[in-house]
Amino acid sequence: MERHGVKVPAGEPATNFDEAKAAIAKLFDGGNARVVVKSQIHAGGRGKGTFKDGFQGGVHLADSVEDATAKAEAMLGNVLVTKQTGEAGKQVNRLLITSAEEIKSEFYVAVLLDRALGKPIVMASAEGGMDIEEVAEKSPEKIIKEVIDPALGLQPHQGRKVAIALGLRGRLIGQTARLLQALYKTWHECDGSMLEINPLALIVNEDGTEAVVALDAKMSIDDNSLFRHPDIVAMRDISEEDPLEVEAAGHDLNYIKLDGNIACLVNGAGLAMATMDAIKHYGGDPANFLDVGGGATKAQVKAAFEIIVGDPNVQAILVNIFGGIMNCNTIAEGIVAAVKETHLTLPLVVRLEGNNVDAGRATLAASGLTLITADSLAEGAKKSVAAVK
Amino acid sequence: MSILVKPETKFLVQGITGGFGGRHAQLSLDYGSQLVAGVTPGKGGQMFADTVPVFDSVAEAMAETGATASAIFVPPPFAADAILEGAAAGLDLVVCITEGIPVRDMISVKDALKDSSTILLGPNCPGVVTPGDGKDSSGGCRIGIAPGYIHKKGNIGVVSRSGTLTYEAVWQLTSRGVGQSTCVGIGGDPVPGMTHLDVLKLFNDDPETTGIIMIGEIGGTAEEEAAAWAKTHCTKPIAGFIAGATAPPGRRMGHAGAIVSGGKGTAEAKQDAFREAGIGVAETPSEMADTLLKMM
Repeated sequence: MERHGVKVPAGEPATNFDEAKAAIAKLFDGGNARVVVKSQIHAGGRGKGTFKDGFQGGVHLADSVEDATAKAEAMLGNVLVTKQTGEAGKQVNRLLITSAEEIKSEFYVAVLLDRALGKPIVMASAEGGMDIEEVAEKSPEKIIKEVIDPALGLQPHQGRKVAIALGLRGRLIGQTARLLQALYKTWHECDGSMLEINPLALIVNEDGTEAVVALDAKMSIDDNSLFRHPDIVAMRDISEEDPLEVEAAGHDLNYIKLDGNIACLVNGAGLAMATMDAIKHYGGDPANFLDVGGGATKAQVKAAFEIIVGDPNVQAILVNIFGGIMNCNTIAEGIVAAVKETHLTLPLVVRLEGNNVDAGRATLAASGLTLITADSLAEGAKKSVAAVK
Repeated sequence: MSILVKPETKFLVQGITGGFGGRHAQLSLDYGSQLVAGVTPGKGGQMFADTVPVFDSVAEAMAETGATASAIFVPPPFAADAILEGAAAGLDLVVCITEGIPVRDMISVKDALKDSSTILLGPNCPGVVTPGDGKDSSGGCRIGIAPGYIHKKGNIGVVSRSGTLTYEAVWQLTSRGVGQSTCVGIGGDPVPGMTHLDVLKLFNDDPETTGIIMIGEIGGTAEEEAAAWAKTHCTKPIAGFIAGATAPPGRRMGHAGAIVSGGKGTAEAKQDAFREAGIGVAETPSEMADTLLKMM
């Protein structure tokens, strides 16, 4: 953001204690009376979070080198639990240490896609620091929206309009407009899905003048664009991701881990979602979303089984394949090989339909495996739910 | 009648010399569709499957063969340009199969096409099929990657964001002896060309379509918009299914557009919109065809 011209507080990231000490020293030596020590994890609600050892808060103000150092030490390597991390929490492997600003008021701004329009929008609210979803729900009139013409980008007059709507006056209007233009440029050039500044703060400088600064940001990048952003790919932190999901991605499988105990293996994203829904409909709980795609190979099917059984919660597996172009017999052979090679002992329900389905069913029947077969998705879902009861 | 394409619609394939494009071009030929040209810049003059000439540009292919529609199979970094080339050449219909096009590219494409007469279907979609009256519906128009043989010529229109769920619905209909007028996959991306609403309007105006299956999924509000229109304008029975009721918020479920974000785009909201509009909601995907047939 800084590279694109967004004003942010001075500061540096730290991935170990020595780096943290150096960053703290640099800020205090540079004349800052106070600094902020922030946990950097891929989850919100950090300020109100609690560390596993009882230490309160993932974001702290510190007014001396000693104070900042003690807080950095307490946070680095510790596991932070927030309302977004779940009970397991996230280990803090990285801190951001910045100058502390004197905040007069806080705003919310974001750049995102409005899907109904197919255009980017700037969304803003004077209720900064708040949960924006809550603001949108309870007082939608407080949300300011400005639609961006994709051919022109965010224009200065649009930025000024948002600034004025936020209640800013004088030279802050132009300054905020420039900051919003820089934010849009960041979003556009980095292929952002969502760029959220919360809070955007009106701060008072030491000389008494006021300025608008992005104090905290969350940005998500469009996965489809990564081929043209090697610099962003280099910033990927695998420790923030689920290990099974990382492994699945390595096999070109689309896997998302969930909390239930019935695993599913499906071709097609829509059908995979619908399979999870059917399991739930008949009283079960899906353990995952897994789309093996339209042209899954035997090796991918095997990898899929290994990933599924890598989740200790799984007690049954439902395979749901509609072989449109894919030959059902090829899939059946892949399933048989995978089950034998992974020594699968869990109940396995298979629903095959489509191209060459009779040969596929014959292959499954002749395999000697104890499979539960189903003729429809509904029947498959019912049988998988019964298998874990 | 049918919508978008007829059995005699002549079309070309952009990216016909690639593995994926070539495979599905062959399947369209096998189905008996009027695939008349391929386009791969730099490979003009070659022949595909001994019968289909390959051209360097869409404009050339159209001039030589009379093609009016296209299927795009080119890789994501070049797909937006391929769509714009098809529109610039004046195709009636561009069907983009490619999955993985950056959203930013599609925002630009959508903006560029706003005053164009070219209709875009997709991207990240299975394409469109108007079944024929030959064996296993052959002789129809198959543009894209859907399995042709599951179809049957008839009077039900199918529109969906998901490929395999479309096949499920089509197969359920065909297995019950009920045929389809046209089956349209609009694709799973957040910035698509045609929407549910666009396709619904065409089905409503098509005298041969007597009932509609509309399949949606989490993310965005396109299903709600279609339902709101259908409530007052659509004269034909509609049954629907929404996938993703169990998807966790904030996670993309395979399709780039299948995400509940900021509390928007939930399956529940879409199902409510369907019910409010008198659209029959299938409780499970196994009941899509039966839900519609009970209404007819």
